Amino acid sequence: MSEPVPVPPGGPLRVSLAQVFLQFFIIGITSFGGPVPYLRGRLVAKLKWLDDKEFVELLSISQSLPGLNATNLAVLVGERLCGPAGAVAAIIAICLPGGLYMFGAGIFYRIHGDHAWVTSALKGIAAASIGLVLSTVVQLAKRSLSGHADFIFIALTVLAVNRFHFSVPEALIGVGLAAIIWHRPRRAPQAAPTE
Amino acid sequence: MDQILAVIRVFSYLSLLTVGGGMAAFPEMKAEVVGIHHWVDFSQLIHFYSLGQMVPGPNMMMIVPIGDWAAGPLGAVAAVAAFFGPTAVLTYVVGRLWKRLEAWPWRASIQKGLAPVSVGLLLAGCFTMAKGTISGVETASISAGVLLILLQYKINPALLVIGGGIVGLLSF
Repeated sequence: MSEPVPVPPGGPLRVSLAQVFLQFFIIGITSFGGPVPYLRGRLVAKLKWLDDKEFVELLSISQSLPGLNATNLAVLVGERLCGPAGAVAAIIAICLPGGLYMFGAGIFYRIHGDHAWVTSALKGIAAASIGLVLSTVVQLAKRSLSGHADFIFIALTVLAVNRFHFSVPEALIGVGLAAIIWHRPRRAPQAAPTE
Repeated sequence: MDQILAVIRVFSYLSLLTVGGGMAAFPEMKAEVVGIHHWVDFSQLIHFYSLGQMVPGPNMMMIVPIGDWAAGPLGAVAAVAAFFGPTAVLTYVVGRLWKRLEAWPWRASIQKGLAPVSVGLLLAGCFTMAKGTISGVETASISAGVLLILLQYKINPALLVIGGGIVGLLSF
């Protein structure tokens, strides 16, 4: 980490709405392979709009809530920099380029999707995508699990959805409640009597 | 108009299921988009998901062509707004309350409890997609190869997805 972020007294750093939009748009255009590292690189290292500690804190909020990390982060950072309008500008800007690309890809696919070379390439791309998601699952598991019981909750969730065809919300609420109760707040252990 | 309303209803519902990542909503997306509404078929859904891994930005932009096919360009806009709106509002509200929530003992419990469920839902999404994708030794090797490379080396995943496409082009 370099110098601390200049936070003016009386409030967080204010950045103009146009700046917020522009910078998130640039991230939206360039962030091949997932925006989170790009967000950190630009917002923290390059622009110094946030320090690393704040970024990690906002990332952890983003990861705890439903929604994609990238869009949740855009909302939190946008709000911090420029209020509610900043949150709206940031999420629109980060989605816009990828959305336009996919709009074009959808049209191309509608016209050429059944050509043999396209289906061959897509077969390989789909297989690679599964490897990619599995790697994020491994990373998420390493970072977020707390104890062996969690593997039972993972297995229950997978079985519920894939084997017993519960809907995702049923599995989420059912297993989720059980897991939350399992991890319920314990009373702080009484100061253990030292011998 | 009915189609646009259906797009909004489906994607705002899916929005709240993306716990841990977009893939968590995949089984339900298949049920809604393929099974109930027939906007795309299963292999098209897989193709859109996969193409979405190669474009920059948030990795669920696959919803754009689905919205477009269902209800035209306005449907695409509706899909994005519906898919990102609910979680954005939730994040905004919780983000503002976070400092106060920090003292709430159940917050840590909820985070710890949802962690294994997120992992499970992502895996379930992977398995659902794998059923339509892994059809033999070649596709299984591509998936396993990408997984192992990403766990071992720091490399941009989009390059590996493109690499998978090139392997597919040459071998299928």
